Amino acid sequence: MVAIVDYGVGNLFSLKSSLDFLKVETVVTKDKAVLENADKIILPGVGAFPDAAKKLGADGLDKFIIGQAKEGKALLGICLGMQLLLEKSYEYGEHKGLGLISGEIRPISDVIPNDLKIPHIGWNALDFTKQSPLFKYIKNGDHVYFVHSFYAANCDDVIATSEYGAPLTAAVARGNVFGCQFHPEKSGDVGLNILRAFCEKEN
Amino acid sequence: MITKRIIPCLDVKNGRVVKGVNFEGLSDVSSPVELARYYSQNGADELVFYDITASAEGRRLFTDILTEVAKTIFIPLTVGGGINTLDDFDRVLKCGADKVSVNSGAIRNPQLVSQAAKRYGDQCVVLSVDIKRVDGVFRVFSKGGRENTGMEAIEWIRRCVSEGAGEVVVNSIDTDGVKGGFDLEMLSAVCDAVSVPVIASGGAGKIDDFTKLFKALPKVDAGLAASIFHFGEVEIKELKKVLRENGIPMRI
Repeated sequence: MVAIVDYGVGNLFSLKSSLDFLKVETVVTKDKAVLENADKIILPGVGAFPDAAKKLGADGLDKFIIGQAKEGKALLGICLGMQLLLEKSYEYGEHKGLGLISGEIRPISDVIPNDLKIPHIGWNALDFTKQSPLFKYIKNGDHVYFVHSFYAANCDDVIATSEYGAPLTAAVARGNVFGCQFHPEKSGDVGLNILRAFCEKEN
Repeated sequence: MITKRIIPCLDVKNGRVVKGVNFEGLSDVSSPVELARYYSQNGADELVFYDITASAEGRRLFTDILTEVAKTIFIPLTVGGGINTLDDFDRVLKCGADKVSVNSGAIRNPQLVSQAAKRYGDQCVVLSVDIKRVDGVFRVFSKGGRENTGMEAIEWIRRCVSEGAGEVVVNSIDTDGVKGGFDLEMLSAVCDAVSVPVIASGGAGKIDDFTKLFKALPKVDAGLAASIFHFGEVEIKELKKVLRENGIPMRI
């Protein structure tokens, strides 16, 4: 059973549909007992970091998820959900993240040339920087779909980047904790294969 | 490197895909779910659905179809047609749309763009504009290209982008349905005015039209078309292969 954390941030329809398509048993929940019983947890999210961090912290869900990850449960953050895994973010001020992945969230305008459009939106190729069980069914250079204006900087846990005037962090991993800046649920077969690899992974 | 996007557009009326020539004389083509699946398996980078139904019953059919599409197709989906209020945004986003395209709705209610961008984020709001030259000036047309609003198009686009439109679909009425190529002059003017992604629409008839588009205007992010894809005149896989051979970044 894979639990999708429902904390009031973004639309979970596509993520749930993609896991249904893969015939993975899922539950969309913010109930800690249900999350505790799940084999794996997916932390989605769209929007701005401060609002999402606040909502995740509202019922102590943030500390609970940190606890689950520390006990060894596989966790996958997607888009803003990935950004929440890092130590802190500089989106609208300075805000604390879950600290499960090293580094911080900074605007991509810090590192890309002025003539490139923001957000970084569209299909871009993955450049693997480390091996990962997440990449079991895909190959280096496969394209995935991005929509973001902030990225993971000073991160030691990068497993893939995408070139957009600079190598931007595309995916991260540390032990049983994974994150994708892109949207696997919107990245066609490549994205489905990333989700499949995560869902099949032994804890 | 970010790739250029190829986007088939499906006009849906009473649950079926249609495509008009210069917006007139609609003809039934195929099932939206089947077409969407076909496109997603054959290289489409994104799909656009326009609901051109006027009735409440047709609208319900449309949301059912959208839900069905979003359950089986995992590439970005943009939905337009009949988007006049935030409730309309809500209705289609809940059915699995990723972006919502506004056209006449934004003309009637200029606050719609800023309200939607605040609630759902800029990336969710796509401004679609039907433009026609009138006495040498680019004018915004509403109601499916039938009515001249009198507004100057570049100014209108600039204003909507400043209020939060995250992408702009430029549909040239002058070239739509003619299959003589995209309206490079009009697109160039829009690209110079805004820094958000610009999607070219109207006029594609053959592969070479896309090559010319992306070579002449590197700032254009995507090419959108309907009938040439639906009727198989241009195959997306072949199109993308040729574009890539011409040095244009493509997802293959």
